[in-house]
Amino acid sequence: MDMAYLIETVVKIVVIMLIFSALAGLGTYFERKVLAFMQRRLGPMSVGPYGLLQVAADGIKLFTKEDIIPQNVVAPIFKFAPVITAATAFMAAAAIPFWPQFTVLGYTVHPIVADTEIGLLYVLAVMAIGLYGLLLGGMASANKFSLISAARTAAIFISYEVVTGLSLLAPIMIVGSLSLIDFNNYQAGGVSHWLVWTQPVAFILFWIAAFAETGRTPFHLIANDHEIIDGFGTEYSGMRWGLFFIGEYANMFFISFVIALVFLGGFGDGGLGGALALIAKVSFFFFFFLWTRAAWPDVRPDQLMWLCWKVLMPLAVVNVVVTGLVMMF
Amino acid sequence: MSNIEQFKNRNVSEEYFLVDIEDYPTDGWGKFKRVVKRTFQGELFVGLWVVLREMIKFDIHTVQYPKEKMPIGPRYRAVHEMKRLWESGTERCIGCGLCEKICISDCIRMETKIDENSRKEVSEYSINLGRCIFCGYCAEVCPELAITHGGRYENASEQRAHFVMYEDMLTPIDMLKAGQQQEFEGFGAITPHEDERVKKTPLAY
Repeated sequence: MDMAYLIETVVKIVVIMLIFSALAGLGTYFERKVLAFMQRRLGPMSVGPYGLLQVAADGIKLFTKEDIIPQNVVAPIFKFAPVITAATAFMAAAAIPFWPQFTVLGYTVHPIVADTEIGLLYVLAVMAIGLYGLLLGGMASANKFSLISAARTAAIFISYEVVTGLSLLAPIMIVGSLSLIDFNNYQAGGVSHWLVWTQPVAFILFWIAAFAETGRTPFHLIANDHEIIDGFGTEYSGMRWGLFFIGEYANMFFISFVIALVFLGGFGDGGLGGALALIAKVSFFFFFFLWTRAAWPDVRPDQLMWLCWKVLMPLAVVNVVVTGLVMMF
Repeated sequence: MSNIEQFKNRNVSEEYFLVDIEDYPTDGWGKFKRVVKRTFQGELFVGLWVVLREMIKFDIHTVQYPKEKMPIGPRYRAVHEMKRLWESGTERCIGCGLCEKICISDCIRMETKIDENSRKEVSEYSINLGRCIFCGYCAEVCPELAITHGGRYENASEQRAHFVMYEDMLTPIDMLKAGQQQEFEGFGAITPHEDERVKKTPLAY
């Protein structure tokens, strides 16, 4: 391993961390604005022009707030849990190509931290580990509502891992690789080559499961708003809670990238147009996360389980079998 | 008397109808059919369209409060105002003490004395707005329309002493000279633009 490779990787990691930390903050701003507009409100308006500096104000507030470790919590786990969520969210970004490769001063840059052969599997696995942050945080909180919420989170995450895995299995069978770059190159021929045309069921299933994996509104049971408290995060304050938040929003961005790369052609042939198209696709999926939050009600946990095990999982299995049969004959 | 007929129709709108509610399915096949029907009915997309439509229309209802304020009705009972006589500019209060007597939260206090012209003079007058419940009895009982309620509802302060400042309530003499003293329109006064807000009562009594 030579020095240049090491430096390049570290720079890429730092850049991705910085961009997506900032995007997670801006994501909260967009969420508040979009939700406000859809509800005929204005949203944040006071800090900065059109409330743009609200993100900075929130950041200052989170950083300077007192870090409370309540009595009776399991302190080491309580302190460590938010780190798991934020860290796994960013670790998942390692195998995601955010931009086609480009050349700067005669040096070719691959905007992916590690193009491993198991890219997609790695992304899914690391995102699944993110569950431990929520679960351990809730369990260590010495609060029964946090505990209930954490248990519900674990149940939902584990259930929907099945749907995510099975729904991605069919595209993986077609492409024959787990690398997201291979996925992208398979669909590089244009819109007609997109996997969404051959795998519409998998696309819908993965999209639905993405809502459960990120804990967004139709399936927002990880921090059930109806219980008034904030689920597993009830006892958290300041930047520890902020880390959960950054993790959630970073996850939304990364899962949007995965959907766009796997099903909608990613950055296409690698030109600038393709790269901008990728940004547009990701923006749409992120907007859709906010859109559904304004439009749809939450479902009950038992309905969510019913949907997962009795509808989505059988559909995913049938999809895999049909795909296999079509490929065989 | 034929005119009353139009009020006997108790429906606000002619568009009301009873919702057709089906019985819940009891067997598995019925439940399956219901699931399929609901799945492909597209109701979720109706919800998506409704919120997107509102976003595109951009019909914002927010009042940006410190910068914008809603008009307030003349009957609104906020911080009291002490009025002056238009001609002489002296205070209208004659020190009768009725407001002090009727105040149910005991927040009005006045001290009076006989001045050199043998007239009753108010030497101290204070309303503890920290205790006042803004019931309006003082304004109602005042024989001279000297104490009335104004529309100034922003009465937060850092110090309790600010809640009893008589000078803040009294019309400044320069405002009076400029003819800017707002006269009290009386109990039962109508809010501005009231005609536009009148709606048909759902039930005719």
